[in-house]
Amino acid sequence: MKEYPRTPPGTQPEYLYKGYRSSVQRAPSQPLIQVPQTLSELTGPLYGHNPIGESDNDLTRHFADPPLGERIIVAGRVLDEDGRGVPNALVEVWQANASGRYRHSRDSHPAPLDPNFLGAGRAITDDTGNYRFVSIKPGAYPWRNHQNAWRPAHIHFSLFGAGLLSRLVTQMYFPGDPLMAVDPVLHSIADESARQRLVSSFDLSLTEPEWALGYRFNIVLRGRAATPFEDGRK
Amino acid sequence: MSLIPSPSQTVGPFFNFGLTTNHALGIMAPDGAEGEHITLIFRVIDGEGQPTPGDSMIELWQADSQGHYQHPLDPNLAAADKNFSGFGRLETDANGVCVFETVKPGRVPSPYGGAQAPHINVTLFGRGLGKPLRTRVYFAGDAANADDPVLTLIPLDRRDTLLAKPVSGQLNAWAIEIHLQGKAETVFFDV
Repeated sequence: MKEYPRTPPGTQPEYLYKGYRSSVQRAPSQPLIQVPQTLSELTGPLYGHNPIGESDNDLTRHFADPPLGERIIVAGRVLDEDGRGVPNALVEVWQANASGRYRHSRDSHPAPLDPNFLGAGRAITDDTGNYRFVSIKPGAYPWRNHQNAWRPAHIHFSLFGAGLLSRLVTQMYFPGDPLMAVDPVLHSIADESARQRLVSSFDLSLTEPEWALGYRFNIVLRGRAATPFEDGRK
Repeated sequence: MSLIPSPSQTVGPFFNFGLTTNHALGIMAPDGAEGEHITLIFRVIDGEGQPTPGDSMIELWQADSQGHYQHPLDPNLAAADKNFSGFGRLETDANGVCVFETVKPGRVPSPYGGAQAPHINVTLFGRGLGKPLRTRVYFAGDAANADDPVLTLIPLDRRDTLLAKPVSGQLNAWAIEIHLQGKAETVFFDV
């Protein structure tokens, strides 16, 4: 069975990044132990644990009335390290509303909740790895990490791929957001080009006239195509 | 073509309404699942000795009671228990605790021949974790632990951090604490 390559240094966040204060009490202090990739790691959960509803990928349709905010379409492809689309992958998203407030009991930011916005959705990639969500653009919000700390607008993404090591939880950012330059969560990734991979691009071809702006966000999961046919062609 | 995987980012403190609303994902083994049904209790403790209140999430992945994974790469997929998906996901509660109902996994083939000791794969997400922590749960007292290909890579004095212990007075219940830091820090994997 094919092992997954290790990720290049600097392209993933460090566990301990002092600028991100919460990491200080949670990052392991002992070195990680390198272990082999066995059947346990090369297999992994498939999406079947949660059937997808028809409007799960449209966060503007979860209530009778539409939410406030700038309507957006977020779409892209989920790829493996060989650039092949990952079909049938569960993509889960969650986000703040247009005012920068999460529908969560512990979010104390004094910005209004929107009764017409939950902010959570799900989609399954198609045969070539494409997914698509309709939502509203989330607002930036303050957090208590440091004096005058603000998170750039972002959408949380959670993905299941072909195996346990493909599992990814990440955040998508919006192009041109000045808060990205001063965000310790994003800067816990040392490599600048790796950080850029989390920034979506505005895409006029995804934009729907008189309706919604389009942003493209492609995601690469760990793992390579494993079918014997593909292996044989290498 | 060779692409570099997208970077991970923390799940943050507010993932619950997006990821852990389905508490049925804590019941991994319905009544019809084959094997020894067990309760597996986790408690997650941070570097200050405090439980992670509501803002960490545990995902489990395990073989069925015969050691088969519900996955196309398992050579014995056809024999895998149709009533057991092998996946579980829960948030930790205000006391850093979450409780799964599952079955004790069977032995999975080892890449070096033979079989691995019964184990459950753990992926831990949380506020403060830019990427998930990976570890395994083994069962204290299982004779197969002695030559497990992963457990034996771990220094002897830290192996205990991966062993769930029977809960006294509670039938078929096992408990394990995940310590993110400190003297009892859990062994986490680079894999």
